Amino acid sequence: MPKDGGIGASSKRREDVRFLTGAGNYTDDINIRGQAYVHFLRSDIAHGTIKSIDTGAAAAMPGVVRIFTGSDFEGVGGMPCGWQVTDKHGQPMQEPAHPILAQGKVRHVGEPVAAVVADTLEQARDAAEAIALDIDELPAVVDMKAALADGSTKVHDDLNDNLCYDWGFVEENKDAVNKAFENAAHVTSLELVNNRLVANPMEPRVALGDYARGTDDSTLYTTSQNPHVIRLLMGAFVLGIPEHKLRVVAPDVGGGFGTKIFHYQEEAFCTFAAKACNRPVKWTSSRSEAFISDAHGRDHVTKIELALDADNNFTALRTETHANMGAYLSTFAPSIPTWLHGTLMAGNYKTPLIYVNVKAVFTNTVPVDAYRGAGRPEATFQLERVVDKAARELGVDPIALRRQNFITEFPYATPVAVEYDTGDYHGTMDKLEEMGDFAGFAARRAESEKNGKLRGLGVNCYIEACGIAPSNLVGQLGARAGLYESATVRVNATGGLVVMTGSHSHGQGHETSFAQVVAEMIGIDENMVEIVHGDTANTPMGMGTYGSRSIAVGGSAMVRATEKIINKAKKIASHLLEASEADIELKDGAFSVAGTDKSVAWGDVTLAAYVPHNYPLEDIEPGLEETAFYDPANFTYPSGAYACEVEVDPDTGKVTIERFAAADDFGNIINPMIVTGQVHGGIAQGIGQALLENCAYDENGQLLSASYMDYAMPRADDLPMFDVDHSSQTPCTHNPLGVKGCGEAGAIGSPPAVVNAVVDALQSAGKDVMHVDMPLSPDRVWAAMQ
Amino acid sequence: MAQVSMTVNGKAASGEVEGRTLLSSFLRDQLMLTGTHVGCDTSQCGACVVHVDGQAVKSCTMLAVEAEGAEVATIEGQANADGSLNVIQQAFQDHHGLQCGFCTPGMVMSAAALLKDNPKPSEQDVREYLEGNICRCTGYHNIVKSIMAASGQDVSAIAAE
Repeated sequence: MPKDGGIGASSKRREDVRFLTGAGNYTDDINIRGQAYVHFLRSDIAHGTIKSIDTGAAAAMPGVVRIFTGSDFEGVGGMPCGWQVTDKHGQPMQEPAHPILAQGKVRHVGEPVAAVVADTLEQARDAAEAIALDIDELPAVVDMKAALADGSTKVHDDLNDNLCYDWGFVEENKDAVNKAFENAAHVTSLELVNNRLVANPMEPRVALGDYARGTDDSTLYTTSQNPHVIRLLMGAFVLGIPEHKLRVVAPDVGGGFGTKIFHYQEEAFCTFAAKACNRPVKWTSSRSEAFISDAHGRDHVTKIELALDADNNFTALRTETHANMGAYLSTFAPSIPTWLHGTLMAGNYKTPLIYVNVKAVFTNTVPVDAYRGAGRPEATFQLERVVDKAARELGVDPIALRRQNFITEFPYATPVAVEYDTGDYHGTMDKLEEMGDFAGFAARRAESEKNGKLRGLGVNCYIEACGIAPSNLVGQLGARAGLYESATVRVNATGGLVVMTGSHSHGQGHETSFAQVVAEMIGIDENMVEIVHGDTANTPMGMGTYGSRSIAVGGSAMVRATEKIINKAKKIASHLLEASEADIELKDGAFSVAGTDKSVAWGDVTLAAYVPHNYPLEDIEPGLEETAFYDPANFTYPSGAYACEVEVDPDTGKVTIERFAAADDFGNIINPMIVTGQVHGGIAQGIGQALLENCAYDENGQLLSASYMDYAMPRADDLPMFDVDHSSQTPCTHNPLGVKGCGEAGAIGSPPAVVNAVVDALQSAGKDVMHVDMPLSPDRVWAAMQ
Repeated sequence: MAQVSMTVNGKAASGEVEGRTLLSSFLRDQLMLTGTHVGCDTSQCGACVVHVDGQAVKSCTMLAVEAEGAEVATIEGQANADGSLNVIQQAFQDHHGLQCGFCTPGMVMSAAALLKDNPKPSEQDVREYLEGNICRCTGYHNIVKSIMAASGQDVSAIAAE
């Protein structure tokens, strides 16, 4: 029987009511009396020297409050990078300055050059058109390998070259890995592209700065996944505002997928300009601006090699990746191709020796940073593609080859520095085989062929590292922040609770699922628990939501704070019941004395905490409010197995997804309905990457796919229904809920399944096709068949 | 500037607009009906769908002055008279047809228009009708399921919660 409340129940989402009735409160819905609007004049040239910016005519136009250019920000800090990677020689990465508005040069199409603040948005736009901007165009660097060639134009004149870092992992293993390749019975190698994507949350970014002259307080309303991180980065490193004088609010946020983690120039600008103009300043991104100013994702080019012995055991893995950083380092960009990618290269397999080389490269393109999965999809894609290719070359069943090499004993220390606590890779594969009806595939293929279509089946596994992350570990790896989470639980006199969490919900349903946890712990109705997030004024500290960390890290902080509440409440109850604290039990919202019928209700205890007429004042303080910080001991390691069946039209190359099955192990589950929804969305984004989406630049650094006319977002009729299961559960051993996280799995696990399936379909027609680069658009598939 | 008057969710509404003011801007900025969302600038995403004289319209594609005298319905007017969710809204909540909520007003308004013309749509009918509404969160699975459920069809055979 499904539960009707608490942990494990598919409770309906409480936040839905406001979203379904138009009562959400997104950043663009907030307007402050007297606000002005900013429009950014952005470079339409990928690389050039700014000769002059004449704002005279524009400044005289109706409604213009002030026009800012780069010179207004001299002496103001640039955009900070939150992660410093050390290269294979022990040297820090090259880290260029990143101004709020371009200074001297422009380095990508979309870089803000000037900002017009006016009474209305239309006036700001009109005036921006009257700015005379003279840029001397320079050759643009777009291709990563060309960017590293001798004599290449430099993106940053003050850096040595376009190489951000050359990272080797684990450098000490390199010789042993090479030796294993020399001794291999079989080597499979594959070169592939992990295509550049644009995250495209449906809500474009918005920033609204406000300044209170009377108290010198600044407030920023922004579309962020982590308002405290923005407060820290912008306050401490950009504008020099101490945290107690800066409030950052991220109200309802319409999707993030990573791209709303980062601190952006527009946020700093609006906060700065609100003070400079002494009135609120609002920026609302258009979708066209989003394409050229939101950090992009992926964009890796990789050569991967897998060594096997004569019994088809994996003996070594070696990769060489070029990772595009774009023109500047976005907040967490350097960590994505390194610590979120190299550490996952073992995948689900007991490959004993692994060496990963990553060259991060500056180009005249929009900065690249985390997008759903961030490094882990790139790792999974190359690994699962090369394993599939190896099976094909060796003529063995791809599932059997995977199973033969599965890690089966836990904890398992990989050769790439992480230790998996739990998992059951055979278990999820067993489940997948059942869901996918592989036995019926031959008949389905015959039916497709009767209709003139090719049919293919692709299977793959994945593992990811979530719940980022132990602060002491990431500190050693170059993070310039700790990655704990905090929660404050405030119990009111009448028994209702407010939980203030540093996690941020932008579609994940925390207001419902977090409440389920606290309600279960106390034994009260979920509706007595309110979840509050997204405002630095009410949560002590928060690192926010990304890397599928909310329930694993934020949820754990909330559990710890609730445990403190329960402990204190038991003390109060023992006083009221005149019993020993050790004998007090909490069940179904009542405290009782073990072995007796004496009890006191939750509400009576909370009332006593605030009306302490009969209260152990000599032992404990009145009130009932507790805060906890939780710093995880390890990452969590969700895993799973995915299967995709496609049909390919041999005349056009068009691929359609006919079946898609996902068997995941997320450890314990709080709300199965929400978890399933997260997997659906992830799969859709993964299929989007595999079949449709591509962020394309021409050789001059012009973005060719800069609107929904050209960037193929998955639509309803591009996708099938998904068969999703998460009944395989090996709970995490090191957090109190035993949870692993589910937000990114779908996006990580699905692209290789799709490509494996298409290759299988083409092979079924006798085509010697071992790989097609994503997106598998009809023209690419058709060309591969010729 | 031009004076524009229309009926919005059954109530008279009027204001002064520029000739270039979009209906979506008029609804959001002057009438403060911020449930209508703007997710793109090429009339692709459908977050801004409202009904004008009973037809589903992307309100970012229509000038406010073009709606002179029209009957406009937005997400704010969709709930039942007692404030409870209407059948479509309730189906979206029951079947987890929304996550971040940003595309949701457009989805609900499109779904209402679809069901008016096609009271028992097939899965394929729903998917094709939603061509002009982009959702980035749900993968459409639960949106399609919600709309079919709202039409009174049994969706229990469709996979998952």
